[in-house]
Amino acid sequence: MKDTPLLQARAVHKSFGEIEVLKGIDLTVRQGQVVSLIGASGSGKTTFLRCVNLLEEHDGGEILLDGDPIGYQVAGGKRRRLSETRISAQRARIGMVFQQFNLFPHLTAGENVMLGLTKVLGQGKAEARETAEHWLRRVGLAERRDHYPYQLSGGQQQRVAIARAVAMQPRLLLFDEVTSALDPELVAEVLGVMQALAESGMTMLLVSHEMLFVREVSHHVVFLDQGRIAQQGRPAEVFDNPESERLRSFLGRFHGLFGKALERS
Amino acid sequence: MLASWMTPGSFLFEAWQAREGLLAGLGVTLLSSLFSIVIATLCGIAMGVALSFGWWWLRLLARLYVDLMRGIPVLVLILFTYYGLALFGINIAAFWAGVIALGAFATAHVAENFRGAVESVPAGQMEAAKAIGLTFPRRLWYVILPQAFRRMLPPWVNTGLEIVKGTTLLSIIGVVELLLASQQVMARNYMIVDFYLLALVAYLIINFAIAQLGGLLERRFSYLRY
Repeated sequence: MKDTPLLQARAVHKSFGEIEVLKGIDLTVRQGQVVSLIGASGSGKTTFLRCVNLLEEHDGGEILLDGDPIGYQVAGGKRRRLSETRISAQRARIGMVFQQFNLFPHLTAGENVMLGLTKVLGQGKAEARETAEHWLRRVGLAERRDHYPYQLSGGQQQRVAIARAVAMQPRLLLFDEVTSALDPELVAEVLGVMQALAESGMTMLLVSHEMLFVREVSHHVVFLDQGRIAQQGRPAEVFDNPESERLRSFLGRFHGLFGKALERS
Repeated sequence: MLASWMTPGSFLFEAWQAREGLLAGLGVTLLSSLFSIVIATLCGIAMGVALSFGWWWLRLLARLYVDLMRGIPVLVLILFTYYGLALFGINIAAFWAGVIALGAFATAHVAENFRGAVESVPAGQMEAAKAIGLTFPRRLWYVILPQAFRRMLPPWVNTGLEIVKGTTLLSIIGVVELLLASQQVMARNYMIVDFYLLALVAYLIINFAIAQLGGLLERRFSYLRY
């Protein structure tokens, strides 16, 4: 099973107006793999992640989930956008956790998790409540079920957001710099939840600046530079043998912060 | 004491004498306001959805309508709906002509308020709703609208107040609402100050009640914070 590519990107291109942000990304994520995208801001990591979930629409190439092209279909040489219904169904198979949490402020923690279960997966109220409770317990927030987002800390909100995404039983979970908006002392609790998910065999594609975490949990690390993949491989390869000057200087910035820890781990 | 208040010529006596006409006028004011507010709210939200999410031609049409309505004095609109449409063979009872004109006018305001409210919901909300696989109508219904409604409440209350005040214009086309009913009483007893004051107090009470209702709803949705 581990060898079936769950996600396959081929020559993915994306431009915002004149600016070409992705210049042909080829990437394979296998089932159960944790793949991390690293790179300077503006390198295209977040844009690529958003293309996978169709929050941005790629202009060229294709992204396949379990072999199905996402967002577009090529028929008779013409590239056509799929219907909204098809796209929504595809999105339901991919979970996403955002930098700014994006919990629904008018719903409690439990209701945030339940919304997709009832309205997308068609679960009954009772079943959805049970599922929501299960996942809130898994992220350590069972007793916060009836709290509104504004009554939760940033770290707690992000854990609810993770529960909301994972409760949908997606094939793939996307994490977009999920700890960047958190106070430093709250980062660990969120990374802890992510690590537990990774160990449970969840397939994850993440964009992160937490290099220690990336090095520890990833099976595969991809360094993006100016819209292209500059280097990829196992974490040890990428972190210990940076091939390009750009990757060296990018990692150098983190070495300045954690120095030894990054080399030792 | 009470006897001298209730003698002919005293305010209380005259008001009691005129009670049926005045209450009927109050009823017309309340009903025309209610109908106009309901029309404006329903049509306004529909048009607001078109303004915010419609195909380009739908957005253009809605935009055209909103700008047209905002540029025309309500009185002209009322006169046109009643007399103007009659010229084309469309005869509408004065009451309904007034309700339609006021409703059509306020629809533009509600639509604009709705668009503003929707745009002030952070973009991440729509993205999060997309990410869990909700279809467009469900994203709107379960995620965007509940948040937009809360932001729409204060301007919506304003529109309601404007509509109640606007119903006085229906007197021009002969709808006997509270103002015209009061004037008819004055024509009989010449107690102009007393009955204008009575009408004034009645309008204040109606609008105070609407404002209170708005405040109540705002508190009801006060958990909506970021």
